[in-house]
Amino acid sequence: MTNDLARWQFATTSIYHFLFVPVTIGLAFLVALLQTAWYRNEKPEYRRLTRFFGTLLLINVAVGVVSGLVQEFEFGMNWSAYSRFVGDVFGGPLAMEGLAAFFLESTFLGLWLFGWDRLPRRVHLSCIWLVAVGTILSAMFIMVANSWMQHPVGYVLNSHGQPELNNVGALFTNPTFLWGYVHVVLASLITGTLLMLAVSAWQIRNGRDVESFHHTARISVIILLPTILLTMFVGSELGVVEAKYQPVKIAAAEAQWNNCKPCSFSAFQIGGGKNDKTPSQIIPIPDLLSVLATNSFSGGVVGLNQLQKQDETKYGPGNYIPDVFIQYWSMRIMAYVASLIVLLALWGGWLLHKGRLDQSKWFLRLSMWAVLTPFVMNTAGWMLTENGRQPWIVQGLMKTIHANSPSVTSTDLWISIVVFVLAYTALGAADVLLMLRYARKGLGEDGHDAELRSGANSGATSIPALTY
Amino acid sequence: MLHLHTLWFIILAILWVGFFVLEGFDLGVGALHSVVGRNDTERRVAINTIGPWWDGNEVWLIVAGAGTFAAFPGWYATWFSALYLALLLLLLALMARGVAFEFKGKLEDPRWRRTWMWCMTLGSLLIPLLLGVGLGDLLHGLPIDSAHNYTGNFFDLLTPYGLWSGVTLLGLCLLHGATFLGLRTEGPLRERARALARPLGWTASALVVGFVAWTLAVSGHADVPGPVQVLAVLAVLFAARLVSTEADGWAFTASAVAIAATVGSLFIELYPNVMVSSTNAAYNLTVTNSVSGHYALTVMTIVTVVIFPVVLLYQGWSFYVFRDRVKAPPSQSEPPPPTAVPSTPQA
Repeated sequence: MTNDLARWQFATTSIYHFLFVPVTIGLAFLVALLQTAWYRNEKPEYRRLTRFFGTLLLINVAVGVVSGLVQEFEFGMNWSAYSRFVGDVFGGPLAMEGLAAFFLESTFLGLWLFGWDRLPRRVHLSCIWLVAVGTILSAMFIMVANSWMQHPVGYVLNSHGQPELNNVGALFTNPTFLWGYVHVVLASLITGTLLMLAVSAWQIRNGRDVESFHHTARISVIILLPTILLTMFVGSELGVVEAKYQPVKIAAAEAQWNNCKPCSFSAFQIGGGKNDKTPSQIIPIPDLLSVLATNSFSGGVVGLNQLQKQDETKYGPGNYIPDVFIQYWSMRIMAYVASLIVLLALWGGWLLHKGRLDQSKWFLRLSMWAVLTPFVMNTAGWMLTENGRQPWIVQGLMKTIHANSPSVTSTDLWISIVVFVLAYTALGAADVLLMLRYARKGLGEDGHDAELRSGANSGATSIPALTY
Repeated sequence: MLHLHTLWFIILAILWVGFFVLEGFDLGVGALHSVVGRNDTERRVAINTIGPWWDGNEVWLIVAGAGTFAAFPGWYATWFSALYLALLLLLLALMARGVAFEFKGKLEDPRWRRTWMWCMTLGSLLIPLLLGVGLGDLLHGLPIDSAHNYTGNFFDLLTPYGLWSGVTLLGLCLLHGATFLGLRTEGPLRERARALARPLGWTASALVVGFVAWTLAVSGHADVPGPVQVLAVLAVLFAARLVSTEADGWAFTASAVAIAATVGSLFIELYPNVMVSSTNAAYNLTVTNSVSGHYALTVMTIVTVVIFPVVLLYQGWSFYVFRDRVKAPPSQSEPPPPTAVPSTPQA
C-alpha cells in the first residue's frame, strides 16, 4: 500500500515537473537565439521579441524550479531504502547537477533579468547563453542518473551487496544515457519551438505586430522539421539500445508475448494485456518491429513469456513484466503525436517556401492548438521509459517494492499526496493564467521602450520592468 | 591526514553556513518586506534588493541536500524520511515563496498581489524555522532503530531543543534581513528597516545565548563554550549594537558572522555524529557508518575542487554588479521633468 502510494506520488510529481522542464530548456535556447539576432542586427523588434519570450520563460522557470525541488527531496523522503542503497552512485550526478548547473542557471538568470541596462551588451548576451547552457547541463546530469537506473554501469557490489561507483566515466558514456540525453534535449527544443510557434500564430492571427511575430514563426518552422525528424531517429536508436539492455521494456511496448522473427508492428490492436496474450493486431506492418528493435529487417525479438522464464532463472520467482497496456499505448501515443508534429512541420515548411506562412488561416489556427502536442508526447515518452523498467527501480539490482521508506506511513503519504495535488493545481492554474495573459500582450508593453526613451538607463533608478 | 569523510562533513557544513549567510538575508527580507514597505512600490523595492540573487542563494540548500545524498547516503535517507511531514511543509513554503517572486508583480489585481505577498511572508518565516528544527534534531537525537530507520512520528520531531534552534535561526534571519535592507535601501525604507533591526538585534542576542547554553547541555562535550560559540554570541551582540549607528556595512557583517558562527557551531558539536539516535547511542549515524565509498568521495572531491571556486567567482561578480543601493522610482503622480535629463549615475 505505502509502496503504491509512494509510486503514485512520484509519478504524478515527476510528470508535472516535466511539463515545465522542456519548456525551460527549449525557450532558454530560443530566447538566447533571439537576443543574438538583436545583438547582431540591432533592430529594436528583436529586443522586444527577446523580452517578450523572456517573460514567458521566466513565468515557466518559476514553477519548473520549485517543482524540481520536490523531486530532489522526494528521493530521501519517500525512497529512503533506495537512497541508502544507491546513493554512492546515484547521489553523485545529483550533487554535480547542483554544483555545475543550478548555480550557473540561477545566477546568470538573475544577472540577465536585472542586467538589461547595467551590463555591456555582449556580457548581457552571454548571460542568457549561460542560462541555456545551465539548463542543458542540468538535463545531462539528471539523465546520467536516470540512465544508470535503466542500465547500471560503472559499479561493483561491495561486501554488503550494495553498488559502489568504480568508474565514473562509464556513467557518462552509458549508451542508454548518450541516446536518451540527446532524445530528451531534442524533444525539449521541439516543446519550446512549438510554444513559440503557437504564440506567434495567435499574434499574427490577431493582426498584432505581424512583422515581428513573422520572424519568430519563421524561426520556429525552420527549427521544427529537422529537430522532430532527428528526435524520432534518436528515439528509435534509443529503442535499439533498450532492446539490448532492457528487452522486456521493448517487448512489452509491442505486446510481443512470444518470440518472433521477423516481427511485425501493429498500428493498433485490441487486447494484448495480461489476460489476453493473443491480441488482434489491426494494420500490422511487416518487419517494422524488427527494424525498430534491432535495426535489421529480419531481427528477432524475444517474447515476454520467454523473457519472464529467463528472469525467473536469473533472479528467482516473481513477475518481471511491466504493465503491457501502459507500455503499448505510451509507445504509440508518443510515436503518433510525433508523426502529427512532422506533418505540421512539413506543412509549415511548404508555406514558408511559398512565402505564405502568415496567410494560411488553417495553419495558424492549427499551430495554436499544436502547443498541446509536445506535452502529450513527452509524458508518453517518460511513461514508456519508467513503466518499462518495472518491477525494477534499478534494472536487475533493486525492485521498486523494496525501495520506499519503511518509516513513512500511508497517512503521511495520503497527506502529502493531497497537499501536492492542491498546491500543484493552484500553481498550474496561476502559471497557465499568466502564460495566456502574457502571450497575448503586445510587443514592447513592458515599459522598457519608454525607459530607454526617457534615458533612465543609468540602472540606479530603474526597477526591472520584467518582474515583481 | 584528513579523511575524506571528515572533509565531506566540513564541505556540507560550509554549504549550510553559506546557505544561511546568503539566503538568510533573503529570507529576512522576504519576511519583512511587507512591514518595511508601506505600499506596492516600496515593497517592490524591498524585494528587488534581493531580486538578482535569491535564486542562486537558494541553490546552496539544494547542493547541501544533494551533497548529503552523494557523500552520506545513509544520513540523507534517514534524515529526509524522518522529517517527512516537516519537509513537506518546507517544500510548500519554498514553493509558495519561490513562485511569489516571479508571479506577484505580473497582475495588477490587489487580491492577487496580497495573496503572493502572504506567500512570500509566511514562506520566508517558515523556512528558517523548519530548517532550524531539522538541524537541531540532528544533535538532540531522534528515535532511530538499529537499521537506521526513524521510529517516531511528526510530533517527536518537535523536540524542545530543535524548536529553540528553529526560533534562533528565524530570529537571526530576520535580523540579517533587516541589516541587509539597511545596507541596500535608502530613505524611509532604510529608516524603517533600521528601526526594526534594534529590537530584532536584542531578541536574536537572547536567542543565540540560549542556543549556545542549551547546545552545551545537549551535546555534553564541554562545560565552557568553544571559540565559534563565543564568536556567535559576540557577533550577534555587536550586530545588535551596530544597528543603532550609521555603520550599515558593519552591522550587516556582524549579522552575517553571527549566523555563520551559530550554524557552524552546531556542526562542530555534531561531529563525528551526523544524526544522533535517542533510542540507543549505538544506533547513531556517524561520518563513518553512513558514508559513500572512497572512489565516489574522491570523484566528488575533484568535481567540487574544480567547480566550486568558479561558482564563488561568478556569484561574487553578480553581487558586485548589483552593489548599489536600490532606489524607488520617482513617484508616478509627479509630472515628469520638462526635458529628459539623464539622472546622475550613482557612485
